[in-house]
Formats: sequence, C-alpha cells, structure tokens
Amino acid sequence: MASYWDRSTFWRGFRDGLPFVLVVGPFGMLFGVVATEAGLPLVQVMSFSIVVIAGAAQFTALQLMADNAPTVVVIASALAVNLRMAMYSASMTPHLGPLPAWRRALVAYSLVDQSYALSVMEYEKRPEMTLAQKTSYFAGVIAPVLPNWYLATLVGALVGQSIPGSFALDFAVPITFLAMIGPMLRTKAHVAAAVVSVVSALLFAFLPWNLGLIVAGIAGMMTGAFVELRTENKDMT
Amino acid sequence: MSESTTIWVIIVAMGLGSFGLRFLFLGVIGDREMPEWVLRHLRYTAVAVLPGLVAPLVLWPSATGGQPDPARLVAAVVTLGVGYVTKNVLAAIFSGAGTLFLGLYFF
Repeated sequence: MASYWDRSTFWRGFRDGLPFVLVVGPFGMLFGVVATEAGLPLVQVMSFSIVVIAGAAQFTALQLMADNAPTVVVIASALAVNLRMAMYSASMTPHLGPLPAWRRALVAYSLVDQSYALSVMEYEKRPEMTLAQKTSYFAGVIAPVLPNWYLATLVGALVGQSIPGSFALDFAVPITFLAMIGPMLRTKAHVAAAVVSVVSALLFAFLPWNLGLIVAGIAGMMTGAFVELRTENKDMT
Repeated sequence: MSESTTIWVIIVAMGLGSFGLRFLFLGVIGDREMPEWVLRHLRYTAVAVLPGLVAPLVLWPSATGGQPDPARLVAAVVTLGVGYVTKNVLAAIFSGAGTLFLGLYFF
C-alpha cells in the first residue's frame, strides 16, 4: 500500500491550522447556543455539526426553520449556501484527485473554507510537494479544526447562554478570510479576480439563496483566467 | 410528520447534499486529466469565492443591522493590507482583531 504520511508536513499543516481553532471555536459555540435556544435537542444539535460541518449553511437552515419555511426550501437554501464547496472540490482535484476513493471521500467530508484555503495556498507556494505531502498537509490542517468544531458546538449547546455582543464575534469569520485573501493576491490576475468577485457579490447580493456568491465566483474565475492568458500572450510577443 | 422527524429529514438531506457537493469533482474526476482551460479557471477559485463571501459581511455587518460600521471597515482594510504586505495569515488576523477592538472602543 502506498504511504500518504509525511510526518513533518503533517505538523506544518497542524501549526498552520491551529490558529483557526480561535475562529471555529466561537462560531461552533454560537451555533450550539442558537440551535439549543431554537428548541433542538442535544442529539440533533450535535448531528447538525457532525453531519453537515458548514456553519453558514447550518445558521441558514436554523433561521428558515424558525421562520417556518417549507422543508424543501430549508434544504435547498442551505445547500445553495454550500454551493461554493463544489468549486473548492474542483480546485482540489488536480492536487488530491490521484488518492484512492475512500481517502478522497475523507477529504471531501473535511473540505471546509479553512482547510481548502490553507491547503490551496500551500500547494501553490510549494509546487514541488508530493501527493503524500499534500495529503499530510491537508490532514494536519483539519486535525485541530474539526474536533474543535464538534466540541465547541457541544459546549455551546450545554452552556446555552448568549455570548456577550461586545466581543464582536460576528467579525471573527470575515477577519480570518481577509487574512487568508491578502497573501493569495500574488499576481495581477489574482487581484483582478478578487476585485471582480467583490463587485459582483455586492451587485448581485439581492439574488435569493446566496446565488450572488456563485455569480461572483464564476465571474472572478473567468476574470483570473482571462488576465492570466493575456499576460502570457504579452510575454510571448 | 412530527417536528422532530422533519428536523431529522433536514439534517440528513443537508448532510448528504453537502457531502455530494464536496465530493462532486474529487470523486467523479479523480485522477483524470482536466483540459488546460479548466485548470486555468480553477487556479482562481479561492480568490474568486472568498472575497465575494466576505464583501457583504464587511460592508453590511449583521451585528449592526446591516449598517456600515467604521470600526469593522477599518479592521477589514488593516487585515487585508497586513496580509498582503507580510504574507503572514496570523499577523493579519491579530492586527485586524486588534484594530477592531480599538475601533469599537473609540468610535
């Protein structure tokens, strides 16, 4: 059996993933609190976080359930919030596609914003990484994050009291994403893709089911590819 | 259908759906070669999705009822700027969080 284990790369991933415990913790706790206050029993609150592991989609579902939306609408809206995961999956395929199916299934299960963004950044920074190193890095990133997500949900559900609003925890998620975007803006093509993404997301924010983000994602990817192609052609002539 | 059953249906459907979306390309394409133009687009997935995800959260934070908030705007600019210049995610997070707390205190 081929080995997919590279010890030092795993621990590098672990170190890079560790700070995100500070973000995922409060977010998971908040879900535990809100879901419990909405009247869900502990076993359902925990099932949500273990089966779905997608904070934004889980909050969307809770909100719609509280509004007594039809079940089909709840499911469709929450999944629309998660559509970006399909784009992450596509983006990971050139790197982790050669893994055996059951390992790809494990990667898919733990493919969240943080594990995706950190891994793709690392793969681009070190193109010489082997499959074993890429796999170990991904596993390292997720190792501190995922258990903490479950645990934080549990603590939130058990403690059940609101976190003081003055902590401004709502902004923990935007700050960590912004911190990851900064280092990603390596070329003109990356910057152009990001700018188009922001403008489209704001312009199409009125679309239901978070579809504005999908429009922004597609427009951003096309912009990046276009600018990259143009830059290459210019270099050749 | 009782309310509890409905919630279980939602949990299971969301779980299967989310996994399906995450497995879609990894599972189906796997080791097969993808055309160059597809790869070219995929290289920009992260910078095309994450900025669009945060932009509305920065401009219209739910904590202020969707009103733009100077403390959060400044914190966002500082986080992005420090991340861009230092290429250090941690440094960016701490500068951004520090700015936010100072901003909330002063504004």
